[in-house]
Amino acid sequence: MSNGTERVTEADNYLAAGTTLRSWLTTHDHKRIALLYMISITAFFFIGGAAAVLMRFELATPAGDLVSHDTYNKLFTMHGVIMVWMFLIPSIPAGLGNFLMPMMIGARDLAFPRLNLLSWYLYVGGGLFTVVALIAGGADTGWTFYAPFSTLFSNTHVIFVLFGVFVVGFSSILTGINFIVTVHMLRAPGLTWFRLPLFVWANYATSIILVLATPVLAMTLLLLAAERLLGVGIFDPALGGDPLLFQHLFWFYSHPAVYIMVLPAMGVVSEIVPCFARKRVYGYRSMAYAILAIAIIGFMVWGHHMFVSGQSAYASLLFSLLSFLVAIPSAIKVFNWLATLKGGSIEFAAPMLYALGFIGLFTLGGLTGLILASLSADVHLTDTYFVVAHFHYIMVGGAVMAYLGGVHFWWPKIIGRTYPEMWGRIAALIAFFGFNLTFFPQFLLGYAGMPRRYHVYPERYQLLHVLSSAGASILAIGYLLPLGYLTWSLFRGPRASSNPWRATGLEWTTSSPPPPHNFAQTPIVTEEAYAYDSSADPKESRA
Amino acid sequence: MNAAAAEPFDDVRQRARADTFGLWIFLMTELMFFGPLLFGYWFGRVEYAHAFAVASRHTDVTLGTLNTALLLSSSAAMAAAVAARVRRATRVATGLLLITFLLGCAFLVVKGLEYRSEWHEHLFPGAGFAFAGEDAAAVRYFYFLYFALTAVHALHLIVGMTLLAVFAIALWRGADEFGAPRRIELAGLYWHFVDIVWIFLYPLLYLLGRSGA
Amino acid sequence: MSGELLLFPPSASTAATHLDRLMLALTLLMSTVIIIVGALLVVFCIRYRRGARMPRANAPSRSRRIELIWSTGPLLVFLGIYAWAAHDFLELARVPADAMPVFVVAKQWMWKLEHANGRREISELHVPVGRPVRLTMTSQDVIHSFYVPAFRIKQDVVPGRYTTLWFEATQTGEYDLFCAEYCGTQHSLMRGRIVVMSPADFAAWLDRGTQQPSMAQRGFALFRSYGCDGCHGANSSVHAPKLDGVAGRTVALADGRNITADDTYLRDSILLPARDVVAGYAPIMPSYAGQIDEADLMAIIRYLHEGAAAQGDEDEQRH
Repeated sequence: MSNGTERVTEADNYLAAGTTLRSWLTTHDHKRIALLYMISITAFFFIGGAAAVLMRFELATPAGDLVSHDTYNKLFTMHGVIMVWMFLIPSIPAGLGNFLMPMMIGARDLAFPRLNLLSWYLYVGGGLFTVVALIAGGADTGWTFYAPFSTLFSNTHVIFVLFGVFVVGFSSILTGINFIVTVHMLRAPGLTWFRLPLFVWANYATSIILVLATPVLAMTLLLLAAERLLGVGIFDPALGGDPLLFQHLFWFYSHPAVYIMVLPAMGVVSEIVPCFARKRVYGYRSMAYAILAIAIIGFMVWGHHMFVSGQSAYASLLFSLLSFLVAIPSAIKVFNWLATLKGGSIEFAAPMLYALGFIGLFTLGGLTGLILASLSADVHLTDTYFVVAHFHYIMVGGAVMAYLGGVHFWWPKIIGRTYPEMWGRIAALIAFFGFNLTFFPQFLLGYAGMPRRYHVYPERYQLLHVLSSAGASILAIGYLLPLGYLTWSLFRGPRASSNPWRATGLEWTTSSPPPPHNFAQTPIVTEEAYAYDSSADPKESRA
Repeated sequence: MNAAAAEPFDDVRQRARADTFGLWIFLMTELMFFGPLLFGYWFGRVEYAHAFAVASRHTDVTLGTLNTALLLSSSAAMAAAVAARVRRATRVATGLLLITFLLGCAFLVVKGLEYRSEWHEHLFPGAGFAFAGEDAAAVRYFYFLYFALTAVHALHLIVGMTLLAVFAIALWRGADEFGAPRRIELAGLYWHFVDIVWIFLYPLLYLLGRSGA
Repeated sequence: MSGELLLFPPSASTAATHLDRLMLALTLLMSTVIIIVGALLVVFCIRYRRGARMPRANAPSRSRRIELIWSTGPLLVFLGIYAWAAHDFLELARVPADAMPVFVVAKQWMWKLEHANGRREISELHVPVGRPVRLTMTSQDVIHSFYVPAFRIKQDVVPGRYTTLWFEATQTGEYDLFCAEYCGTQHSLMRGRIVVMSPADFAAWLDRGTQQPSMAQRGFALFRSYGCDGCHGANSSVHAPKLDGVAGRTVALADGRNITADDTYLRDSILLPARDVVAGYAPIMPSYAGQIDEADLMAIIRYLHEGAAAQGDEDEQRH
C-alpha cells in the first residue's frame, strides 16, 4: 500500500491491470464497472440536458417559435425519461456506489461481481434502446405515461420507450440485490452495522427500495404496453377500466423512486461534511434510523401526486398526513449536518461547496414539498411550475450537486489524479448561482398560475421565463466546466496520494488508484466511523 | 483481461449463504412483480364478485387441476434431484432434472391447449373478445388477469426449464463444477417458487364460483 | 417582450381568500426556516473555518434532548399545517346545496360547457358573482384538468366518470381558464376564460339563451328518442324501476348494498346497466355504451333531476 505520490505500479493499480477494450467490457472488477457506469451516465446526462436546453430556449418567448407543439411535447417527455431513469436513479448508487461500497466495508468486491457486469449491460442496453427510440421520434406522453392518453391517443413510439425503461429497471433490481447481500455478508471483522459509513447505510436503504419498488414499475409498464397493443381495457373507461388505477400503480413506484435518488445523495453529503469539518457526524444513530425511516415511510405517500385526480378525499387526507411525517427524518438529517459544522474546522474545498449547496437547496426544496403536501395549497399548485421547481430543487439542487460533490471528493481515489481545485470551486459556485436563477423564478411562475408542460403561454409570464432560461445557460456552464477539467485531469492531473483529504474510511487506506483486489489483507475495524477531531491542529491541507 | 476475478468471499460456505440470500431477495422482487396483477385481481374480485365467479366457471378446471398435479410432481422430482446431487449421485440427479423438465413441458402443452380453446371461445381479451351474458366487461377484465398471470407464470417456468436443461446437459457431460450441488439447490429454490405461485393462481383463477352450485 | 409581470393572480373567489391566507402563513414560516438554516450555515462556516481561533475541544456528537426537541417541534408544526390545509380542503370538497349547476365536457382541446337552462358555451363560462357554482365534469377522451388560478381551484376531468368542482366568485372580471393535465399536442392552447358578472348582468345574459330547450327539456326528448320511456315510462308493461325523483335517492341493489343515486350512478346505469342492478329487478336493460355522447348523457341526467317539470311543450323544443 503506497502512501506517497510515486507512480503506482501495474500490479497495484486497477486501471492499469489490462488495457484492452475487451478487458474493460468483460471485467468483473466493481471499480471498473463503476467507471463504465459513470461514463455512460455522463453521456445520458448531457443528452437529457440538451433536451432541457432546447426547452428553455423555446420558453424564453411566449410563442412556439422554435419547435412545434409535438416536438416540444416529445422534448419534455424524453428529458424526463432520460434524466429520471438513465441518470438520477443509477448515478450515485451504480456510479459511486459500485466503486465505494465494497471498499468502505473492507471487501474485495461486491457479492456477485458478474451480476454487477450484467447490471451495466442491461443499463446501457436499455438506455441505448431509449435513445434509438428518441431518434426515431420519441414519445410524447410525459415521463409519467398517463392513461388513456398513452394507451389510446398518443401516436408516438410509446412502447419502444417503455421497453427501454423496462430493461433499465432490471439493472436497478440486480444492483439492489447485490448491495444488500454485500452489506449483510461481506463486512470486515469489527465492522458492525453502527460503525458503517452513512454512505453505506444510504445505499443499503436505497437498495431495499430498488428491489421492492422497481418490479411494480416493470409490471405497470407491461400492463401499459398490453393495453396499447391488445386493447385489454384495464385503464380504458369505455371497457370498464379505470385510468386512476394506472396512476396508483405508477406512483407506487415513482414516489419511492425519488427516495432512490435522494437517499444516496444524503449519503454522499454525510461523507463529505465530516471530512471537511474535521468532525464526526452529529447524531450518527439518528442519521442511520432517519435513512431507514425515509425509505419505509416513502412507500406510503404515493397518493400525494393524486390529490386532484378524483381520488377520494379520505385517501387524500391520509396521504397528506403521511407526507408530512416523511419530512421529519429529512429535517432531522439537515439539523444534524448543521450541528456537525458547529465546532468543526471547516475547509471549503470543491466537494464541501457542493455539500453545503446541497444542504441549503435540499432544505428549500423540502420546505416547498411541505407546501405541496398541504391539501388546499396543492389544489392550486399541483400541475404548475411550482411542482417543477420543487422537484428540480431536490433532484438538481440536491441529487446532482451531491453527485458532483462525490465525484470530486473521490476523484483522486478513483482516477489516481487530482483535479484543479480552483476550477472545482468556480464551477460549484457557478452551478449554485445558475441553478437558483433557473428554478427559483419557477416557484413564482407556479403560484401565478403557469401550468406545466405548456409549450406556449400567456405573455404576462414571460419575464419569469426569461430569468429561468438565463439561469439555465449559466447552469449549463456550471456543468460543462467539470466535464472539461475532469477530463483534462484524467491525462494531466497531478498524481494523488492515497488520502489527499485526510479522510477516515477504509477506501482511503488503499493506494490511489486502488489495487485490483482493494485490500491485500482484510482490514480489521476497531473504531467508530468518522474518527475526526476538529480540535487537532490542521496545519497541512491536502498533499 | 483482469487477473482472476476478485473472489470476494472468504470461503465456500460463506459464498453459498450469500447465493441463497441473494436468490431469496430476488424472489421478493418477483412477489412485487406479480403484486400489481394480484392487486388488480383483488380489486376485481371485490368490485365484480358475481362476474368473476361466472368468468371463472369458464376456465377448464380439469386441465387446470391436471396442471397443478404436474407441477407438484415436478417439484417433487426437483427436490429429489437436489438431494441426489448433494449426495453425488450425479446420474440420478441428471435423470431427475430431465423428468422435472419434461413435466414442465407437459404443463406448457396443457396450458397451450387451454389457451387454444379459450381463444376459440373468444375469451382472449383482445379485439375478438365476445361474451354472451351480462357483466361482459368484468368478465373480460377477469380474462385479462387470467392470461396475464398465467402467461407471466409460464415465462418464469420457461426460464426455470432453461436452467434445468443447462444444468442437466452440463452434468451429463461431466461438468461437475458448473453443476455444483449449490447451484442445483438454487435452481430448485427458484423452481419451487414458480410452483408456489401456481398454487396461488390455481384457486384464484379456476376454483372461484365452483363451490356448491 | 411585454413589460407586464404577473406574480400574484387576482384573488377572485372565496377559496382564493382562504388559500392566500394559508400561503402567506406558509411562506412566512418557510422563509423563516430557510433564513435560519442559511444563516446557521453561513455563521458556522465563518466562525468555524479552518484557522479561526475558536474553542473546538469536546464538541458533543449527540444529545438526546436536543434531538428530541428538534424532532417533536417540527412534528407539531407540521401537524398544525396539515390540519389547517385539510380543513380548507374539506371545504372545497363540500359542495353547497344551493350551488348553480354547470356541466362541463372536456375534449381535446376545448371545453364544452352547458348551463341548466340549456345555454352552451365553448371554452368560456359566464357566472354570477357571489353565488356558488358547481361544475359537474367529464372528459370525452383523455384526462384534462379544469384550472382557474384566480379562483385557486383545480380538478382533474376524467373520462368515464364525473368529477365535481365548486367555487364562489367574489369579484367581477375575466379570469384565465387553463387545462392543467397534459393532454396532447395542443394542451397549451386548451384555454378559456371565466367571465364573472353582476347578478343582474348574468340573469340578462342567461335569459338571452332561452331560445334553446333547457338541458332537462333536451334530456326528456332524448329519454324518449332513445326509448328509455319504453320500459321506464308510466305506461310500460316492462318491470323496470320508476325514475321519478330517483336522483339523490337511496337505492337498494341486488347484491344487498344500499347506494345513493348520484350522477355517477345514473351515468353508470345507462352505460353499464348490469353492474349495479336494483333489488327486485332482472338485469335486462341493454347498455347504451358508445351510443350517447357525454353532453347528451348530462342532459338526460338533468332531466332525471328535474323530472316532470321538464316535460315542457314539445312544440317549443328545438335541437
